[in-house]
Amino acid sequence: MILRERASTVVLRAGRGPRGALSKDFVIAPKNQPPGGQAPVVQRIRLRYAKRGPLRFTSHRDFARAFERSLRRAGVPIAFSQGFTPHPKISYASAAPTGVGSEAEYLEIGLQAPVDPAQLVVALDAALSAGLDVLDAVIAPEGSGSLADRIDASAWRLELPQVSSERAEAAVAAFLAADEVLVERMTKQGRRSFDARNPVASFVVTKESDAPSGATAAPCAIIDLVVRQVTPAVRPDDVLSGLRVVAGLEPPVPPRVTRLAQGLLTAQGEIVDPLDADRVDAPVVGR
Amino acid sequence: MSLPSVFPQLEQLLPLVSKPIQYVGGELGAVVKDWDATTVRWALMYPDAYEVGLPNQGVQILYEVLNEQPDVLAERTYAVWPDLEALMKENGVPQFTVDAHRPVRAFDVLGLSFATELGYTNMLSALDLAGIPLESADRTDEDPIVLAGGHASFNPEPIADFIDAAVLGDGEEAVLEITGIIREWKAEGCPGGRDELLLRLARTESIYVPRFYDVDYLPDGRIQRVVPNRPDVPFRVNKRTTMDLDAWPYPKKPLVPLAETVHERYAVEIFRGCTRGCRFCQAGMITRPVRERSITTVGQMVKEGLEFSGFSEVGLLSLSSADHSEIGDMCSGLAEQYADTNVSLSLPSTRVDAFNIDLAQELSRNGRRTGLTFAPEGGSERIRKVINKMVTEEDLIRTVVTAYSNGWRQVKLYFMCGLPTETDEDVLQIGRMAHEVIKAGRIAAGTKDIRCTVSIGGFVPKPHTPFQWAAMERPEVIDNRLKMLKQEINSDRSLGRAIGYRYHDGEPSLIEGLLSRGDRRVGKVIKRVWDKGGRFDGWSEHFSYARWVEAADEVLPAFGVDLDWFTTREREQLEVLPWDHLDSGLDKDWLWQDWQDSMTEFEQDDCRWTPCFDCGVCPSMDTEIQIGPTGQKLLPLTPVGGLRMPSAPAHTH
Repeated sequence: MILRERASTVVLRAGRGPRGALSKDFVIAPKNQPPGGQAPVVQRIRLRYAKRGPLRFTSHRDFARAFERSLRRAGVPIAFSQGFTPHPKISYASAAPTGVGSEAEYLEIGLQAPVDPAQLVVALDAALSAGLDVLDAVIAPEGSGSLADRIDASAWRLELPQVSSERAEAAVAAFLAADEVLVERMTKQGRRSFDARNPVASFVVTKESDAPSGATAAPCAIIDLVVRQVTPAVRPDDVLSGLRVVAGLEPPVPPRVTRLAQGLLTAQGEIVDPLDADRVDAPVVGR
Repeated sequence: MSLPSVFPQLEQLLPLVSKPIQYVGGELGAVVKDWDATTVRWALMYPDAYEVGLPNQGVQILYEVLNEQPDVLAERTYAVWPDLEALMKENGVPQFTVDAHRPVRAFDVLGLSFATELGYTNMLSALDLAGIPLESADRTDEDPIVLAGGHASFNPEPIADFIDAAVLGDGEEAVLEITGIIREWKAEGCPGGRDELLLRLARTESIYVPRFYDVDYLPDGRIQRVVPNRPDVPFRVNKRTTMDLDAWPYPKKPLVPLAETVHERYAVEIFRGCTRGCRFCQAGMITRPVRERSITTVGQMVKEGLEFSGFSEVGLLSLSSADHSEIGDMCSGLAEQYADTNVSLSLPSTRVDAFNIDLAQELSRNGRRTGLTFAPEGGSERIRKVINKMVTEEDLIRTVVTAYSNGWRQVKLYFMCGLPTETDEDVLQIGRMAHEVIKAGRIAAGTKDIRCTVSIGGFVPKPHTPFQWAAMERPEVIDNRLKMLKQEINSDRSLGRAIGYRYHDGEPSLIEGLLSRGDRRVGKVIKRVWDKGGRFDGWSEHFSYARWVEAADEVLPAFGVDLDWFTTREREQLEVLPWDHLDSGLDKDWLWQDWQDSMTEFEQDDCRWTPCFDCGVCPSMDTEIQIGPTGQKLLPLTPVGGLRMPSAPAHTH
């Protein structure tokens, strides 16, 4: 931008650290040393959240900024990393692409004071915009590994307005019949070609009467898709590209995609909520 | 709600554009009201990209002030990027508000805030997308009143054909008065239609309705006179001044975006106005007198603003923040209150003064230090006298040395190029000054590891300033001086390595100059540029100098003038300036005297500390300086433990 920034800025930090860790008579930190230490993590909590409606256009970075602000709004005693620029202790499981809705995003936070997970859900949900909804929280026990160990597949719902179920079924059948479906996508490394067929564990066109918007006159094919996590990631739009490759299916309007679940894929084809293993008894927090 | 949202159509386009989040709304602090339950409806536009427009204080304040009225609805709209603009045109999606995605044309008022003239082409894009006729004369009762505000509206003549009205000065009370006039007019059944409504607005004597004024020109192209073309409108239109900032503590509930924006902070204006008297500074001239917000109101706003927003940075804004009568107590009080948190405080716009290092120290207790910025504005002592920036080289060196010896490693210095009477030598002096800064800094810091960044902006003469008569320098002269300065900085390799150099080319400044001091004839140039695809002129990747020059060459000769006539020509004392009928309170004779004083390098003091020098504002606007000290202190905050639950009182200020 050539707009000239008239305001010359002095950014100065007021100080840092857990409440009470720095006394008021703390004078001057030794040069090049961050002052004080950060309070240790005493509790880890795993959260499930949703990205809904218009806010599905929130990118992962956008969500991360909003989430950090919501921690402050809700007064969550988040723990920070050490160093000159302390970062809040938040780790994210694989995030849904920008523009894709999700009912099953996960993250884990480290806290410097324990909180009640059910209260945390309410406080954080109120602190975030409507459409970024916190659904569930469990305490992660010591030694319970990481969220990533508990996720190897995602279930997606694809809605294709102005595409009939018959047309979609034929395309899906052609996709499943192929041994390999090569698709292309731009990645950070440039244009890459990879197989979209192999990671697809299940791919089913639901009957139109099952569709939530079944009352509308225009056809809208609804497809349920389960994809295993692989590298490079095969995303729903790659599978949709695959439908174009094998069956020439080009939806006239952009399809709407929602992640319904993430977790470990069982032999029966079910996806296990990664928070289930941490629940003491039955799930305590409603969805 | 009877007015359908355009979101279903827009939603189909969003997967195809970059950063779609900027078009969906959903910010914390956003308000969505029932359309039918309100009587007066405002669409507020900042005519630039969302990432620049959303943090704008003016829009946020008016948005909140208006939405606090039960029967008033205010929503926001921003310039859409060319990728979405093309898709919207192709698919018939109109310009929309981000709050409830309502079509802009359905509102009663489209209020545009022009912080800079470079948003003019974006206004035309928005009108076009909205389906509102571009020219005021072509609009009907079905169209909103297109209202301009912001600093650029102190000379709205270049956009006089496109706007219906303009407000000069502070908006808080103005928007409520305008709302009242529209409310009444609608309650009466809209008698006399659009023309009658505009007439009622004009009769306030503080809303300018360009269509009620005719401009006559002399054979040589100069303006002969600007006069009302009907008996019941005033000859001059006054600016607005909101007194008692403590009574207007906005924003209380700042907008917190999901998209990344240029400022991610809670900003509180600690005072408005400035009487430092820098002769180039339009903001300082048109916002007089100084009105301070009290230390306790600032403290309360910071506390509540942070709790509401979750921001971790606070900006204490004003035109020269260190001049607040209680800035010391304010900084130490806030530093104390937020000492045990990760909240950072920033103090933009500070003058060159060792006192500012003390403030910076205060705000950065125990913390990390980022850069310090000072604005000497002119490289030589002589040019600083011309512009009335009273800083000696010794002051600057002493200040910077204090910063380096107190642990700062990076200092940024801000200058301008193209100032009146400027010679190559004045600009080269900047390089020598930077050398001295590094030499002295290395000794003071005891290390070679210090840096200084020299940042140069182009001077643009602005209406209602002593430099409103000044000639602009030609872009090629500016660019040559900037090149010579670069050589000067690098003439000593050891020192040059420690100096960063940033500058803007002269060409965009010349166009900004055309738009700043243009008259109604320049509107035709703006329209031509827009027709040729001109958009987002504040962005170097979109700005095209060639397009502006070409459009000016096509349009202006028919009026017997040209681009140079508007930019590089010095005006005479008796020339009627396009904005003379718009009253900023500044006495034109005083401005002329200050312009003459600048030529003799005579410095003008600040009326906060010396007797009134009769700039004219206070008596003509019936205002007065409002400064402290109040003697109040900021008390320690009571730490609040535990989670803030949605129903807790902490949430419902």
